[in-house]
Order: sequence, then structure tokens, then C-alpha cells
Amino acid sequence: MKTIDLQKHTVRDLNQALHDQVEECTIREWEVLEPKGQHNIACGLDQNLSVDIKGHAGYFCAGMNKKAHVTIFGNAGQGVAENMMSGTVRVKGDASQAAGATAHGGLLVIEGNAGARCGISMKGVDIVVKGNVGHMSCFMGQAGSLVVCGDAGDALGDSLYETHIYVKGSVKSLGADCIEKEMRAEHIDELTDLLNRAGVEEDPKAFKRYGSARQLYNFKVDNASAY
Amino acid sequence: MCGIVGLYLKNKALESQLGALFTPMLIAMTDRGPDSAGFAIYGDEVADGSTKLTLRHPDENYDWDCLASAIKDDLGVTVEWFKNSKVAVFKVGAEVDVVQPYLAENAADILILSAGQSIEILKEVGLPKNIAETFNLASMKGSHIIGHTRMATESAVTMEGSHPFSTGQDLCLVHNGSLSNHNRLREELKREGVTFQTDNDSEVAAGYLTNRLRKGDTLNEALTNALKDLDGFFTFTIGTRDGFAVVRDPIACKPAVMAETDDYVAMASEYQALTTLPGIENAKVWEPEPETIYVWERDQ
Repeated sequence: MKTIDLQKHTVRDLNQALHDQVEECTIREWEVLEPKGQHNIACGLDQNLSVDIKGHAGYFCAGMNKKAHVTIFGNAGQGVAENMMSGTVRVKGDASQAAGATAHGGLLVIEGNAGARCGISMKGVDIVVKGNVGHMSCFMGQAGSLVVCGDAGDALGDSLYETHIYVKGSVKSLGADCIEKEMRAEHIDELTDLLNRAGVEEDPKAFKRYGSARQLYNFKVDNASAY
Repeated sequence: MCGIVGLYLKNKALESQLGALFTPMLIAMTDRGPDSAGFAIYGDEVADGSTKLTLRHPDENYDWDCLASAIKDDLGVTVEWFKNSKVAVFKVGAEVDVVQPYLAENAADILILSAGQSIEILKEVGLPKNIAETFNLASMKGSHIIGHTRMATESAVTMEGSHPFSTGQDLCLVHNGSLSNHNRLREELKREGVTFQTDNDSEVAAGYLTNRLRKGDTLNEALTNALKDLDGFFTFTIGTRDGFAVVRDPIACKPAVMAETDDYVAMASEYQALTTLPGIENAKVWEPEPETIYVWERDQ
């Protein structure tokens, strides 16, 4: 295992060393000490690595992640795992706003609460939040799943496309075109799998499902003649 | 962009270290605001009936002693003062409504940065590190302090445009964001007797709170009203003589993080600014909720 102390090395040094593993992987396990809220830690990884960040991370931690498994032993700032493609990002504490924004794949687990706009414009990532999510979560969510074991803030799932949303607690309000939907057997199966992958013990039957009512402009075939 | 930071001590034993604890917090926000910086520190109170003012003159060699003697003779009151760079702190044995008109008439080239019983505001153009050194921030004592590092976007990089702003006695506000209804509000507040030194939006927010507090609102009530009446993006940290508050607008796109231990409450735009605080590893660290008022007040 390789240990890098961010009070002795720059984030750029760390990220370069992690990127160097793409050509030839010589070290699988990495440990990052003293992150002290610095931004852009472990961004753009493209190798099957395990990276443990021992402390709070700043903005865009593990952004654009591919294949790697990044764990933050603390809180994460804005945009954790934004635009992730694959792999796993786990936040042991809370995440600030826009967690998992635009992410295409992989699994993001937030063991604490997530701030506003969690999963905004998500495109295939699976996000499991053990606590609550803030307002405008899953705004324009296109694909993937968002699981919230606590409560959701205002305007959940506004202008959704095909993202599946599961919430166990209360929803302060639903966004435009987002509705509660029937929880069928296939959804229980999907949620069971998501909770298992995230290592979260919850009863899937206690959740409600939300999705797009498909009533907005872009869902109406009559509007196709405009193009 | 801009960075804001605040530190409110719950443990009075730390008051002698307030400046030393706060200096790295302010400097850590240089990335967010390298153009100018300033802070409002509370402590070293003057008695009821007396007024403490922070005054600034552009000439570092300005004859403050001459001004002090003139106030003593003309108003027949006690004056204690000390100089800190281009700023002088005056402690005058008279009410603020006597001292301020006197200065306006007899020393019009002096800028009053703050007035009250506890507050001192110090600010300058330049890197936060240089400003902390200029004013010897690390040696300052007090109960609470709020600061601002500015990345100018809407107006020039000048001392006058530097934050923080104070519009009423012992009240100070630092702001990250932008207000969209500040022009109309400024006119309304002017009609109600609030005076402004700039056309800056953040000063309007400070003026708004001054006006509400004057009308008898508690700090909590004033901020509840602010959430209704202020339109725009904001994360505010507010200092009063014995209070400290944080509030974010309902959209909450401007960042904020808070930390609390038995010894202190701290606020910053980014967690990076909190990492040097004692016991931060075990502090409760959280992101303040949108449209939620957080207030701490000292017992009198």
C-alpha cells in the first residue's frame, strides 16, 4: 500500500501518481492522509485502485472516476463523484451539494446526509444515501437510481426522465412532473440489489417509488413536428 | 466569488487567542478572494454612554492626537485612542449620536468604519495575508470575529468597496453572493433613516438588519424578515455586540460549512478554512441548511 500525505505533497502530485497507474498498475491500494478539505482529490482515475482518503475532502473529490474504489473517511464538499463513469465512491460522512452530478455509472454511497441537488442530471449512476437529501435532488435525472433512506427536500425529481427514485422517509415536495408510482416486484428486486451493493440494511418494502409522469413537453409526440 | 469566515468563542478562556485562531482562517480563503480583505472583531467593550469608533484616514501619518484633543476640548469628554496602520480606534466618553455628527462636521476626510461599544472593523485592499500582518491580527483579543476576502466582480477594488460593512452600532455582516433587489431596498431604507456609504448590495443587507433591529426585532426575527425581503443569492455571517448568526438563502448555491465544539462555533465558505482550529478533528461539522437561521448569543 502506498501512503501519500497531502500536507507533504500536492494534490497534483497525488493525482499524477494515481494516473500513472493507468499504463501499468504497480500499486493497487492507496491511502491519502491529511486531506484537510482540499479540492479535486483523486479525480480522473482510470484504473482498478482502492483509494482511502482519511479525513474531510473539498470540492469534486473522485470526479470523473472510472473503475476505482474511493472511500472518504469524512465529509465531502460539492460535486463528489461528479460525472463518475464506473467504480465506487463511498462517503463515510456527509456530502455537500451536487453529489454524483451528471454521473454516468458506478455506485455512490453517502453514509451521512447529502446536500441540495444530489444526483442532478444523473445519467446512469446508482446513488444510495443513508441519511437525507436536500432540495432539487435528481433534477433532470436521466437514468440510474437514487435511494434515500432518510427524507428528501423540496422539489424532488423535478423534470425527471428515466431515473428511479426510492425514498423511505418523507418527501417535502415533488418537483414538476414527478409522481409517486407503484412499487412492483421488479422494483423491490432492484432496490434490494442496490441496498445490498451499498451495504445498507433497510427493508425495501418500507420505501416508496417516485418517477416521471412523462407529461412535460419533451414527452409529447405532438411536439415532434417542431423539428 | 468571495470567502467568508467567522469564529465565535463559547469558552472565554480562548479570548486572548481569538486573533491567532482566526488569522489562518482568513488566509485560507485567499483563493476565493485575493483582492481585499477585512474583519470585524468584537471585544474590549466601552461602558454604556461611551462609544468606540474605528476611524480611517488615507494618510498613514495623519495627526490622530490632534483630532483626539479637539474632541476632548470641543465636546468636553474623555478620549482614549490607539493607532493601527491607517486606522485608529477611538474610545470616546459620549453617545454615538454626539460623536458622529461632530466628526462629520469637523473631520470630514475621516471615514468611520464602525461605531458601537464593542466592534472594530479593519479592512484594506490586498492579499488577506498582508492585511492580517498590517493590522497584527494574530495578537488581537475578543469574543467573536467575522471576516471577508473579496474577489471583486461588480465594483472596483478599493478600500471603500472592501468588506465588511457596518451600518449600525455593533452590527456587521459579511456576504457571499449577490442581491437583486438592493436598489429598491436601499431607497426604502434611506427613507427610514439608514445611511449608506457605497452602492454595494451587501451594505444594503447590513442596513436592512440595522433597521429591523432598531425597530425592536431580535436577531432571529430580523433574519426571518430578511429571508422574506431580500431577493438574491446569499450566505451571510452576522456579528452583533453579543451575537453571531449564519443564514443562507432558500436556493443555497453559495457554500457554507460550520463546525462546533464546546469551545467555539466556526463558519467558513469552505472546510479548508477550519482545519487549523483546535479539536476540529472531533468537532461537529455540517453544512447549514437553506433558509434556516443559526444564532448564538452570549448571556449579558
